[in-house]
Amino acid sequence: MPPFENLPTDLVLQGIFLLVAGLIVVAAVAVVTLRNIFHSALALILCFSAVAGLYILLEAPFVAAVQVLIYVGAISVLILFAVMLTERVMDPKMGARNEQWWLGLLLTAIAATGLGAIVGFAPWPLSKAPIINDQITALGKEFLTTYVLPFEVASLLLLMALLGAIIIAREKEGG
Amino acid sequence: MSGVPLSWYLTLATVLFAIGLYGTLSRKNAVGILMGIELMLNAVNINLIAFWRFITPHLLTGQIFAVFVITVAASEVAIGLALILAIYRQKKTIDIEEIDLLKG
Repeated sequence: MPPFENLPTDLVLQGIFLLVAGLIVVAAVAVVTLRNIFHSALALILCFSAVAGLYILLEAPFVAAVQVLIYVGAISVLILFAVMLTERVMDPKMGARNEQWWLGLLLTAIAATGLGAIVGFAPWPLSKAPIINDQITALGKEFLTTYVLPFEVASLLLLMALLGAIIIAREKEGG
Repeated sequence: MSGVPLSWYLTLATVLFAIGLYGTLSRKNAVGILMGIELMLNAVNINLIAFWRFITPHLLTGQIFAVFVITVAASEVAIGLALILAIYRQKKTIDIEEIDLLKG
């Protein structure tokens, strides 16, 4: 008999959620506080992966796959490259925080209080409707019917970002 | 229905957003600031997916929004890092306290 068979499903799901959430928060704190920016980037990868786990818990497998492919696969690698290309990683002169970090902390506290109040007091109209079946087929259909204009604009945006990144980062030799 | 209540997800997203905001405001390294922005975008995406799951599970709007947010985040990182590389090439630093070309 498997060891967890007698546990109620809700409790197991909540336990998994707490584990993943703890991982996310610890990794995120490491991202913003570690002195070595390279270590921050590694913690960021951990944080992105944990968020993908959260999407699976929320029964959104497509978004979880996109999260792994784009955040863990592409954005993290880009950030690691940028860190290695720009930073003297072990430079002890460069502290982690700027001179106004306490002001940032104050502002963060205010924003977090406001958001927390909204989360606590707003009445959310919860729905008991069953989850849509065959999500990925439905997503593909939505992207090419209802959301076809944003979809095409997103392609244009990616093209622009590609060209812009090349032009901005290129060595200025002839112009 | 999922065993985890909606408020748990919203609380987690709030905490993650606050951490990202603090990172954005307090980091000295320009790449660190970008990392803070990415954390905030992730918090927003958690909210979008949680609202989709708990409030409109019969539609797909929340997931579609999340995918668009990820797309925009990817282009934003590409442009941001290109800018940081260009600044580094010119100023030999990405410490934002030393990048003050616009200071009067």
